[in-house]
Amino acid sequence: MITLSHFIVLGAVLFCIAVAGIFINRKNVIVLLMSIELMLLAVNINFVAFSRFHGDVAGQVFVFFILTVAAAETAIGLAILTLLFRNSNTINIADIDSMKG
Amino acid sequence: MLSWNDILVLLPEIYLVAAVCVLLLMDAFIKPDQRNATHWLAIIVTVVTGWLVVSGQPAVPVTAFDGMFVRDRAAEILQLFALLSVFLVFVYSRPYLKDRNLWHGEFYVLTLFAVLGVMFLVSAGSLVTVYLGLELLTLSSYALVAFNRDSRVSSEAAIKYFVLGALASGSLLYGMSMVYGATGTLDLAQLHAAALHADMPNLLRFGLIFMIVGIAFKLGAAPFHMWLPDVYEGAPTATVTFIASASKLAAFGMAYRLLSAFGPGGPILHQWQLMFAVLAVLSLVIGNLVAIVQTNLKRMLAYSTIAHMGYLLLGLVNATPAGYAAALFYAISYALMSTVAFGVILAMARAGFECDNIDDFKGLNQRSPWMAFLMMLAMVSLAGVPPLFGFFAKYLILKAAIDAGMMWLAIVAAIAAIVGLYYYLRVVKVMYFDAPVEGQELKPQPDLPLRWVLSINALALLVLSVYWGPLLGWCQMAFAG
Repeated sequence: MITLSHFIVLGAVLFCIAVAGIFINRKNVIVLLMSIELMLLAVNINFVAFSRFHGDVAGQVFVFFILTVAAAETAIGLAILTLLFRNSNTINIADIDSMKG
Repeated sequence: MLSWNDILVLLPEIYLVAAVCVLLLMDAFIKPDQRNATHWLAIIVTVVTGWLVVSGQPAVPVTAFDGMFVRDRAAEILQLFALLSVFLVFVYSRPYLKDRNLWHGEFYVLTLFAVLGVMFLVSAGSLVTVYLGLELLTLSSYALVAFNRDSRVSSEAAIKYFVLGALASGSLLYGMSMVYGATGTLDLAQLHAAALHADMPNLLRFGLIFMIVGIAFKLGAAPFHMWLPDVYEGAPTATVTFIASASKLAAFGMAYRLLSAFGPGGPILHQWQLMFAVLAVLSLVIGNLVAIVQTNLKRMLAYSTIAHMGYLLLGLVNATPAGYAAALFYAISYALMSTVAFGVILAMARAGFECDNIDDFKGLNQRSPWMAFLMMLAMVSLAGVPPLFGFFAKYLILKAAIDAGMMWLAIVAAIAAIVGLYYYLRVVKVMYFDAPVEGQELKPQPDLPLRWVLSINALALLVLSVYWGPLLGWCQMAFAG
C-alpha cells in the first residue's frame, strides 16, 4: 500500500539530491541547472501528493504554474550560461572567481 | 467567476502589462536615434501607473479573483514607492547606459516587468500569487544583471545570482508545499485560521523554516547573503540601483504577506521570532564588519545593504502592527537613501570609468562640491547620524525591538550602528579631506533631468528629517486595521 508518506519521502529525497548537487558539484554549471530543475520537480511531487490527500485541486493547479515558470527559468539560465561561456571561455565553477572580498 | 469588479481592482496592473507590451513593440520599430521616445514613454507609463494606484485606492481592503489578489493600504504604499524607485532608476541611468552602449529598449521593458512582479508580490493574497510575482521580479532581474553582455564580471554576477536565486525559490516552494500539506489551503487569509488548527503542526513548522530561508535569501540577510556583494559589484550600476531600492521593498512586502498569515496569536510565533532574531544579529554583525575592509564602493554598499536588512528584520521580529510599520518605514527610507547613493555613482561615471572605487571619490568636494554634498547626505543618512532621516528610521526600529522585550537585540543593533559609522564617514572623509588625483577628470554628467531629480531626491532626505510624521502616520495606518 502506497501512502502519503511515501510520496513525501520521495519528494524529500529528490530535494536533498538537488541541494547536494548544487553544493557538492564543483565542476559544471549545467549540472547546477539540472539540480535546480530536480528541486522544482521534488516540490511538484509534494504538491500533487498533498493535493490528492486533501482532495483539493488547488495544489495541482499550482504545479502547472511551477512547471511553466521552471521552463522560463531554465531558458534564462541557459542564456546566462552561453553569455558566461562567451566572455570567459569556461563553465567550470571553480574558475568563476574574479570577484572576491 | 471573472467579474467586472475584479478587473477594476487590478486596473493599475492591467494598464502596466498593456503599456509594457506596447512599449516593447514600439521599441522594435523605431530607429536607435529615436530611443528618447522609449525613455520618456517608460517614465510616463510609470507615473500613470502610480496615479492609477493612488486614485483607485479603495477605502477598505478589497480582494479580487477569489482572494488571490489583495488591494489594501500596505500594498498601496509599497507599490507607490516601488514605482517611485523605478522612476528614479530611469532618470538616473540614461547617461550611464548611453556611455556604455547599453541604451536599449529592453532595459525599460525588463525593469517595468520586474516592477509588475513587485506589484503582484506586495498585494498577493495566495501562495500562487506570491510565487508568480516573485518569479516575474527575479527572472527580469537576472536578465538585467547580465545586461552588459560583453562584461565578464557582469555575466559572472548573473550566473551566481541565478543559481542562488533559483535555490531560494526552490526552498521557498518546498516550504509552501509543506505548509499546503499541513493546512490544505493556498489562500493566505484562510492559512491563518487553518494554521491554528493544523493536524500536523510539525509539518507546518518544517515548512515555515524553508519559507524563512527563502525570504532571507531574497532580503539578502546573513547567512544567506553570498550573492549580494557579487551582484552589486558585477552588475551595471543602473541595475544595482533597482535591486537596492524596489527589490528590497518587494522583499519586505513578501515577508509581510507570508508571515502575517502566521502572525500574532499564530501557533508558531515563538520559533519564528527566534529565527528572525538570529538572522538579524548575523546580518548586523557580518554586514557592518565586512563593509569596513571594502575598497569598492558598490561592494561596500552591498554589505551596508546586508546590515540594513538586519535592522529591517528587527521590525519583523515582533509581529505587531507597530513593528510592521517601523519595518515598512525603514524599507522606504532605505530605498530613498540608496537611490541617492547610487544616483551619485551613476552621475559621476563616464565611458570607460565606473567611478565605483572609494578612491575615485578623492577630493570630490574640490571638483564638484554639489555632488559631494549630495553623497555626504546619503552616507550620513545611511549611517543614521541624528538629525537626518536615517536616524528616525533606526530609532523606530530600535523602539519596536525594545517594546517587544528584546532589549539585547536593540543593544546589538545600536553597537552595530556605531561600527557602521566608520565606513560611511570614510567616504565623506575621502571626498572632503583627500587631495584629488592629478589628471583625473571628476565631473558629473551634464544631463539636466538627472541633476535636478537627484538633487530633489537628496533634499527630500533633509525635508523628511523634519517632516517624517506624515510618512510614519501613513505607514502606521497601513497596519492599523
